[in-house]
Amino acid sequence: MIETLTTYFSYPFVRYALIAGVLISLCAALLGVSLVLKRYSMIGDGLSHVAFGALAIATVMNLAPMTVALPVTVIAAIILLGINSSAKIKGDAAIAMISVGALAIGYLLLNIFSASSNVSGDVCTTLFGSTSILTLSKTDVILCIVLTVIVLLVYIFFYHRIFTVTFDENFASATGTNTKAYNTLIAVVTAIVIVLAMNLVGALLISALVIFPALSAMRLFKSFFSVIISSAVTAVICAVTGIFIAILYGTPVGSTIVAADIAAFIICFVAGKLTKRS
Amino acid sequence: MALINVKGVSLGYEGKSIVSDLNFIVEKGDYLCIVGENGSGKSTLMKTLLGQKKVLSGKIEFSDGLKQNEIGYLPQQTEVQKDFPASVKEVVLSGFLNSCGLRPFYSKQQKTRAYEIMEKLGITDLSKKCYRELSGGQQQRVLLARALCASKKMLVLDEPVAGLDPVVTKNLYRLISDINQSGITVIMVSHDIHAAIEFASHILHIGNKPLFFGTKEDYKNSDGCHCFICDGGHDHD
Repeated sequence: MIETLTTYFSYPFVRYALIAGVLISLCAALLGVSLVLKRYSMIGDGLSHVAFGALAIATVMNLAPMTVALPVTVIAAIILLGINSSAKIKGDAAIAMISVGALAIGYLLLNIFSASSNVSGDVCTTLFGSTSILTLSKTDVILCIVLTVIVLLVYIFFYHRIFTVTFDENFASATGTNTKAYNTLIAVVTAIVIVLAMNLVGALLISALVIFPALSAMRLFKSFFSVIISSAVTAVICAVTGIFIAILYGTPVGSTIVAADIAAFIICFVAGKLTKRS
Repeated sequence: MALINVKGVSLGYEGKSIVSDLNFIVEKGDYLCIVGENGSGKSTLMKTLLGQKKVLSGKIEFSDGLKQNEIGYLPQQTEVQKDFPASVKEVVLSGFLNSCGLRPFYSKQQKTRAYEIMEKLGITDLSKKCYRELSGGQQQRVLLARALCASKKMLVLDEPVAGLDPVVTKNLYRLISDINQSGITVIMVSHDIHAAIEFASHILHIGNKPLFFGTKEDYKNSDGCHCFICDGGHDHD
């Protein structure tokens, strides 16, 4: 088994997949804690569909995928996260609407204008990310590293602000914190991570990367700090395990990582019940 | 010089006024209780004092070096907090955020000060506990401690005793009274008129006309007070 792994890791694309997978899972898990606590668990799902729609448009118009997907998703994230307080359509309905709408339009466009002969195959790849993580180039990996560093720095620097705004937005804004700015910051970073993560697990499974580590950590830990740390650790362990299993048994990378996340959640859930922590 | 001077203020939503021609002043060390029925504009007034809403007309002046972000606030509990993993220490310290400026972390002084405040409110032994597992009264003390971290000058309390049992309610009122006596100005929104009369120094009664503002002694002799107390009394019977 170890021999097989060493053979595989002599290929750069496998190493790239491991690096990118771990980093993206880490970023998603960090953001996931605030998103789950703010009752925005579905935002990962919604934004990934928006990104899918944007990718479809990019494909049809022969544009570079990222140049369309990134700005469109960022704008959608700002609208969705900013919409909750005053809008006529409430948060969950808005997410559902944009998510389903973008998915449908994206598929429609691909079907009507696609040059490729295997539309459903393409769509399946985009949605479930079946192989794309194994086709990452060196540039993709460097981009991943840079973005992870940015997300980590933002998270460390704004850690206490993110906590305060997440725990009690009302108090934060009343005592002079610019809550709108921090909500926008979280929205923008979330959007960036999601567009990135599409390469890894595909649009459909991003939600899992965002919510599972946070939920697992919340079964066992009771302070914000310990939840953040254990969420990040869980995410990294699951990503590594998932990628190893995927390589050894030839399973799709994205789904395998998510399966590892689900297993971790079940373990944490049971452990939490047994130790009466939740 | 008054801490807050409210001159001819009208409040409301989308141009429709709920309260108009509001005049009152808050001096340093006052304990002002804002009372009124549901929908009378108490919360709107509070949001305005906290700078979250604009006035429709009139003017609110802050003075004596009171900046808007120097008001400590105890809001009502939210849905999010019910399953939020946060230790008491984390919650209390978050009150210092507004005095951090660009610094990303809390200073040693702030941590010491948080500890002093927690000692004063008798919650030191809870410091490592999870906020969501505390009783209602303990949670309010934690939020009160956070509010005290946010301001040394003024506290705004939004229905601080909602949902608490009578004994805990009384203790919390006493605690707030002690805080007021230590020189911190308190503005409390409440519909508990009896407590207002017992503890507050000034009362602002909004909603029905005529609006009342004055000391609690004057209020006890006013007409508005009598019918409000009687109404309240009937509800309880």
